[in-house]
Amino acid sequence: MTSQTDPQIRPESPSEHRGVGAAEPHESAALHVTGAAQYTDDIAVRDPRTLHAWPVQAPHAHARVLALDTAGARAVDGVVEVLTAEHVPGINDAGVKGDEPLFPRVVMFHGHAVCWVLGETQEAARRGAEAVVVDYEPLDALITLDEAIAAESFQGRQPVLRRGDVGAGLAEAPHRFSGTFSFGGQEHFYLETHASLALVDEAGQVMIHSSTQHPTETQEIVAHVLGVASHEVTVQALRMGGGFGGKEMQPHGLAAVAALGAVRTGRPVRVRLTRTQDITMTGKRHPFAAQWEVGFDDAGRLRALKAVITSDGGWSLDLSEPVLSRALCHIDNAYLIPAVEVLGRIAKTHKTSQTAFRGFGGPQGMLIIEDILGRCAPLLGLAPDELRRRNLYRPGDVTPYGQPVRHAERLGDIWDQLEDRADVVARRRQVEEFNARHGHRKRGLALTPVKFGISFNFTAFNQAGALVHVYKDGSVLINHGGTEMGQGLHTKMRQVAATALGVPLEQVRLAPTRTDKVPNTSATAASSGADLNGGAVRNACEQIRQSLAEVASRRLGVHSHDVRFSDGEVRGLGTEPVSFADVVRDAYLQRVQLFAAGYHRTEGIHWDPVAMRGEPFKYFAYGAAVSEVEVDGFTGAHRLLRTDILHDVGDSLSPLIDVGQIEGGFVQGVGWLTLEDLRWDEGDSPGRGRVLSQAASTYKLPSFSEMPEDFTVHLYERATEPGVVYGSKAVGEPPLMLAFSVREALRAAVAAFGPGGSSVELPSPATPEAVFWALRRAREAAGDEAARDEAAEPVSGG
Amino acid sequence: MTTNPIRITVNARERVQAAPPRMSLLDWLRGLGLTGAKEGCAEGECGACAVLVARPDGDASVRWTALNSCLPPAAALDGQEIVTAEGLADGADGLHPVQQEMAQRGGSQCGYCTPGFICSMAAEFYRPERRATGDEDADEGVDGSSGVSAPCGDSHGPNGFDLHALSGNLCRCTGYRPIRDAAYALGRPHPGDPLARRCASAAPAAAATSVAAEDGWFLRPATLAEALDRLAQDPKMVVIAGATDLGVERNIRHARPRGLLAIDHLPELQAITWADDAVEIGAAATLSEIERTVSGRVPLLAQLLPQFASRLIRNSATLGGNLGTASPIGDAAPALLALDAELDLVSAAGRRTVPLKDFFTGYRQTVRTAGELIRVVRIPLPLQPHTAFHKIAKRRFEDISSVAVAYAVTLRDGHVDDVRIGLGGVAATPLRALAAEDALRGREWTPATVDEAASVLRAEGTPMDDLRASADYRAEMLAQSLHRFLAEREDREDRSEEHVKEETRP
Repeated sequence: MTSQTDPQIRPESPSEHRGVGAAEPHESAALHVTGAAQYTDDIAVRDPRTLHAWPVQAPHAHARVLALDTAGARAVDGVVEVLTAEHVPGINDAGVKGDEPLFPRVVMFHGHAVCWVLGETQEAARRGAEAVVVDYEPLDALITLDEAIAAESFQGRQPVLRRGDVGAGLAEAPHRFSGTFSFGGQEHFYLETHASLALVDEAGQVMIHSSTQHPTETQEIVAHVLGVASHEVTVQALRMGGGFGGKEMQPHGLAAVAALGAVRTGRPVRVRLTRTQDITMTGKRHPFAAQWEVGFDDAGRLRALKAVITSDGGWSLDLSEPVLSRALCHIDNAYLIPAVEVLGRIAKTHKTSQTAFRGFGGPQGMLIIEDILGRCAPLLGLAPDELRRRNLYRPGDVTPYGQPVRHAERLGDIWDQLEDRADVVARRRQVEEFNARHGHRKRGLALTPVKFGISFNFTAFNQAGALVHVYKDGSVLINHGGTEMGQGLHTKMRQVAATALGVPLEQVRLAPTRTDKVPNTSATAASSGADLNGGAVRNACEQIRQSLAEVASRRLGVHSHDVRFSDGEVRGLGTEPVSFADVVRDAYLQRVQLFAAGYHRTEGIHWDPVAMRGEPFKYFAYGAAVSEVEVDGFTGAHRLLRTDILHDVGDSLSPLIDVGQIEGGFVQGVGWLTLEDLRWDEGDSPGRGRVLSQAASTYKLPSFSEMPEDFTVHLYERATEPGVVYGSKAVGEPPLMLAFSVREALRAAVAAFGPGGSSVELPSPATPEAVFWALRRAREAAGDEAARDEAAEPVSGG
Repeated sequence: MTTNPIRITVNARERVQAAPPRMSLLDWLRGLGLTGAKEGCAEGECGACAVLVARPDGDASVRWTALNSCLPPAAALDGQEIVTAEGLADGADGLHPVQQEMAQRGGSQCGYCTPGFICSMAAEFYRPERRATGDEDADEGVDGSSGVSAPCGDSHGPNGFDLHALSGNLCRCTGYRPIRDAAYALGRPHPGDPLARRCASAAPAAAATSVAAEDGWFLRPATLAEALDRLAQDPKMVVIAGATDLGVERNIRHARPRGLLAIDHLPELQAITWADDAVEIGAAATLSEIERTVSGRVPLLAQLLPQFASRLIRNSATLGGNLGTASPIGDAAPALLALDAELDLVSAAGRRTVPLKDFFTGYRQTVRTAGELIRVVRIPLPLQPHTAFHKIAKRRFEDISSVAVAYAVTLRDGHVDDVRIGLGGVAATPLRALAAEDALRGREWTPATVDEAASVLRAEGTPMDDLRASADYRAEMLAQSLHRFLAEREDREDRSEEHVKEETRP
């Protein structure tokens, strides 16, 4: 096993330069490794007055609550309160669409919490919850996507992405294919489950510690549940033990339960979900079903795509509409499709409310086109890599929603560079040789591209604020509206401030994200955290630096334009340096403001969500990956032998962090596509609608065994992105979709068990069982001749 | 009733705190404000709660052993010595070498799983057998069996670090590469390293412990005789060794047994003894200990154990527990069935021997009566020369079997002289594939025989559909397994130099 990263992104011993572009470890790394880093529930267990909350979860997927008897719970020793709808002083709703009652009268999914018990200990709350008696009237439930489609159970808008005349495009195409493809969702499985701690102060001010990606929205929902104004609620997000989109919308109701409990009892209240509660109560990545028809010309170029794609939204809308929009806007992935007509629908089912998950619909849209290309390539007589290469966007091309594909030349360039670096031509030959030699094991190799649009489709979210303080001793404290979930945002923000103010990194400290420091923040989502908050931090720092330059210019006797800030020193052209701290002290004595509010809004984007047209993205992130797998013909299990990635992050703000995002996103994508298998009880048993894979023992995420044995990541060079903070690009989501290379490599390996040239249908996730049946089909197509030939020779034992 | 406190030395400081029998070690630690260990899954799957325990390694030394603190009752650690991620950092010098490598190389992102990784990694850092490549007595693997194919692939770093030490730790952020690089970058412990120095003196003796609370009690008797007496008096007591099953029942299904009887420390249940006609493995010996001491001489165990759960679990789990809970998907039973093992059961009334093939009577039912303990698992010698353990699961490391098949075969003059096949996951109990054995026994060892026997094997048991696998896949995996066993024999026959590395990875 080997692994490499560019030499420049290896961590070095502390060097002079630790600002933007330096390979810095995570700013909390020392706290992480010593166990000192605190998460929401670590704060909660330190206060012995804290009450513990436990939900009463419904045992039906759909049912009316006829009666709720909490007397039994109140009689349990240690139970302090049972929270129900009648205790809600404000609005009994946990969402922003008004379709998510916090204490429901109608149960909408198996495991839906109908009320919450507060106890002196978790044990007391849990026993109390078991003593609550609920009378349910079970109702019919729609569990599968097929059931919902058949019942025409849809919710929200049904947007159509349209360009050109798709009917004519298909009619004129010499090669037409059609098919269907249904694929699974994904559980976030952040290692830290949802957690909130609520406290009330002497004036009734509510303080919430929450593991949330969207503190402002948590604040707003808590305020409306409590029936108070936003300024009476403060939300702090110190850090999350992973988010991945799962903590964008879903924390709000849990924070509201904690807040309601704290207001009613006057004591701190902790809501922390167990893993099974988290899996059974909170949303996941949307599964999708697609029906498609596609046309190619004789050269294998896409002419037209017509499709209906339906997501499984679960019981409420949540973020399903923007997720669907992004799926539609990424159904082209990196390919020019001249004529397009794609209808999107959101099914309403009696399941958890599916929500944001890294990629936010993008992966689903892109998976559809990658599956189409993977299935059609053999039918067109083309190697899949060749088919993909021929269809890549070129300079001057425009997406189906009307946005020019700026820097489209990078797609081809990245592809070719990667082929070179990963020695693809020679390895493809080696794979063929291996496959010729081995009957029971086959290898597959595939290259896939990624193009991912950066910005929130919802234009208003593309703004951010920051608050930067410089103290009299020259030390710097920064606040911004983004949240830290492990992605290294705080590390990057410290580097941005250090570079913008020209001070050493140690001089910059970061304060926890709080709604009373920076208001009206957007979710830390859509990969936009560093772009938006970095813009705001830089803006605040530049205001301060501007003021300090004036102060310094007087002291140094130079024009303020000629003052330079670096490494904690300030100098004029040709002057001796003075320390940053000295200039700061001068500024204070001269009554110059030493703090600033920064603000950033993304320029030049617009989007019409009804017409599905506009330029919703500030830019595109590009990348490509090549993966090689080996499939065991006896079991369908595979090993990921090698992956090479070349990815475009612009000018990296923080290369160690960026490589971490690329590798982590890739492996998470591999999990979604090959391993993670969400199962619901779809039968007619009393457990209908229950999540079956509701624990770590039944829902498997990647472990060391799924990491590529040989894993190399390179950052695309000379990639400055104008108009974004220090020329960088977002990196949180795009790498997830590099994992398509593994799925397509599996398809190639499966094909190698059969005769050449036949199309392989591969379910998703491509678990060992799914791969086994696929290769069985491939073998049957081959008449299993090879196996029989092998079997003809006798062998001897010893 | 007030619960009497227990005493555990945590990070070199004795802590005295009440521990009701239902309280896990994890919750006990967190209640002290030691929140480095986290709950990620509460069932021993994710390792975020891992801590280090000073376990005896012979009479006069300590082996730092990582385990999941979410599983054992805190009371089970009474009198013991623990180190958490907080305790590894040296206040004066800063970070521990393991912490240093993880922090510098980007081994943490969200950081939530990190303290658990640190503890698992530290245990491997201090593992006495670990040797860098090229060192004189280079480590031949935990299984000590370099001649046997490694079922999970080669996974040792140039510093001898066995990546399987981390198989029970999940990370959702990094994709593992930087964690592996951190692990492979570790050197040897410094001579002055306090935890390395601690290894040179005896581990704390097991304390006889009795904890009573309103909702139950915990008892660790001083002797086997006392344990059997108590069991005779109160047959409803739940017997625990590593508590890897009980911990899950308690955390996930809210099981609250009235009485817990801990037997993990009893010498009669721990010993591993070799005789000419059998090896006896104490029912309470941990699987890790069996890996170290037995599997070098029992190749089938050498193939089984690396695939059995994770290092964190194997450090606590025992054969007695795995057989006693009688899960149809427990991995030990198929292998021990193929090895024709038998069990000694002891009670206050006496002792009896039961062949393993007669032990299981139904779903999680056995012939063991409430007053009995499994004392030893006896594997008869000599062993059959050809063995294999095939585990079919979604994930290669640390998963629960959909199907498990174990083979022990003797071939003579091209014929199957003797054969035993153990199966898991295809019926309410583990079972022997008797019909398939009959279809092989005495026959010529040819693909045609294997083809025929595979069809018989396919029909053994009554597999069912569940979320792990379909019934069809399970049945098909039985048949495929026999084909694979044949192919592996062939591979071994004509293993040529150029193929050695590939072919040892099934």
